[in-house]
Amino acid sequence: MIEVRNLTVEFDTRVIQRDLSFSIRRGSIFAIMGGSGCGKSTVLKAMIGLLRPSSGAITVDGEDYWVATEARRASISRRFGVLFQSGALWSSMTVAENVALPLQMFTSLAAAAIAGLVEIKLSFVGLVAAASQMPAELSGGMRKRAALARALALDPEILLFDEPSAGLDPITSKRLDELILELSKGFGATVVIVSHELPSLFGICDDGVFLDADTKTAIAHGSPRALRDTCDHPTVRAFMERGRIDPVRSQGSQS
Amino acid sequence: MGRMVVRFLYQDAYVGSVLRQHAVAEQSTDNGLKHAEQKQMSDPPGWNLEEHELATVRRLAGDWIACETGIRSAAEVARILDEAGEKTLRLDASSLSRWDSALIAFVKMLRDSARTGRARAVQIDESGLPDAARRLLALAAAGTTEAASASVPHPSLTTRVGEAYFDAWSKTVAAAALVGETALRGTAATAHRTRTRGVDVLQCVREAGAGALSIVSIVNGLVGAILAFVGAVQLQRFGAGIYVADLVGIATVREMAAIGTAIVLAGRTGGAYAAQLATMQGNEEIDALKSLGIPVFDFLVLPRIAALVTMTPLLYLYGCAVGLFGGYIVSMATLDLTSASFLEELRGAVAGTQFAIGLTKSLAFGALVALTGCHIGLRAGRSAADVGRAATEAVVAGIVGVIALDAVFAICTSSLGI
Repeated sequence: MIEVRNLTVEFDTRVIQRDLSFSIRRGSIFAIMGGSGCGKSTVLKAMIGLLRPSSGAITVDGEDYWVATEARRASISRRFGVLFQSGALWSSMTVAENVALPLQMFTSLAAAAIAGLVEIKLSFVGLVAAASQMPAELSGGMRKRAALARALALDPEILLFDEPSAGLDPITSKRLDELILELSKGFGATVVIVSHELPSLFGICDDGVFLDADTKTAIAHGSPRALRDTCDHPTVRAFMERGRIDPVRSQGSQS
Repeated sequence: MGRMVVRFLYQDAYVGSVLRQHAVAEQSTDNGLKHAEQKQMSDPPGWNLEEHELATVRRLAGDWIACETGIRSAAEVARILDEAGEKTLRLDASSLSRWDSALIAFVKMLRDSARTGRARAVQIDESGLPDAARRLLALAAAGTTEAASASVPHPSLTTRVGEAYFDAWSKTVAAAALVGETALRGTAATAHRTRTRGVDVLQCVREAGAGALSIVSIVNGLVGAILAFVGAVQLQRFGAGIYVADLVGIATVREMAAIGTAIVLAGRTGGAYAAQLATMQGNEEIDALKSLGIPVFDFLVLPRIAALVTMTPLLYLYGCAVGLFGGYIVSMATLDLTSASFLEELRGAVAGTQFAIGLTKSLAFGALVALTGCHIGLRAGRSAADVGRAATEAVVAGIVGVIALDAVFAICTSSLGI
């Protein structure tokens, strides 16, 4: 569904990642993994239209995203639901208004219908009680959940999450994982997750790519579980092993 | 491209088994998936009624996509529940093609309305819905167990008046405290007993002083020229053209240069200070300073006040020069005067006291603009709109304050006879 070919992203003439190629199947839950500062969020920004890549192509359903006109890009972007790293809620609107804005802008539903849909999205993330609060009054985790509800507002086909579990307690994190699974199975949504939370990655992702900060390119492809079990690259091993309870001292001995 | 699929509908075991063939053209490959491989016209949603002995079956058909086919209204939901009557309402989704939150919203509305405002609660059997929908409904139900927040009671008139009074009083107290604190900490800073950094002061001085030269030149130069122009036209009638020099000199040095420069700085620098401090408030930078024990006043506010208090008089002097020059140019152009006579008259008019008054005023104006900018910035809220509001408030308060203070000065100087 989404094909990335030879993508190079730069920031102020500094190359962040180069020659990335991976493809995301429809309906899969795809993980973009890597150490801090390797450019995962930058790659995500290139995919959603915020940062023009310096070379390479991103194709969504066969259509090259960055070659298309701005109007066409805007209509493709409407099929995305994005959760930013710090939520990025609009600070002068309440939580309910934040979730309702995409519906008001891009559908012709009546106000009562929009209110009903907003309540459902907020109940998916457990924030119905905070609907009339301003973002400044919410905790960091609540802001993230509100931003997730907003990302779901138009029932998008492609969901892109930038560090969704960062700042969430384990229970809410588990609930979020369940929600992602339900959305993927129920609505057939394709989910792209940028994350370091190993339990979530192992639990729900079925495909992925591992980016490296030193070589500035992808060093492994495959689901997090497959990479944990079969990949030999030292950086990937170190990343995955942090999630183990006892450090593996010699190869072959498994708990 | 469609694929004809023969679907079977099974009636409930209570009423025996009846097979019915139901052909539906399908474009998505899986039940429940809403994303077709090509754009298609939406099937209008249907909820056909079938009556059975013990249950009313609603067959849901077509596309239930919120953005395309809309959400069912409360009236439709009420009608469906009314028609169910005493029986269990069973939902059957076997003819459903694509669905999304519209379906979830519909079932949730049914659930909510079935319990409230009815003589007898209607039982809803959701076993015929797709599995994924039922799981999402369970998630939605789990999230709605928290009670809705209570509505805020509307305060009475006396409460509002009282609150406004206390608000105004606390604002006055805060402003007075700020002036006092400036005086105390300012003297301490000059003795190097505070956490004010020299590099911060220099940075603020550069922005407030050197950065304002161009706008101060333009504003004061043009105001001086306009004064000369207006004065020349009137004075020429009495043959008193030479007194334009007095007019331009006294007006510029005593009033216009000081006010003009102060208003320019209020707009340019007062607003900037308020916006900077308000954004720092929103980014929790002020919190970080407080938690480390770095006094916010010394670190952030004093450099700004010091910059404006030192720069405003200098900019005033520069503005005087430019304004007098502008007046000189216009007078030479419109009147029949010699350069020497103009300058001689000017020198006589702007004696020492005029400059002293102007300098004192500009000092006071600079302090006022800096204090209002910083005070309003630190008091601001944390959202984006609050930053804008703080900047506007600072500019307005600065300009109004400058003019008001100028009036006070005028009264003082006239009663002193200078």
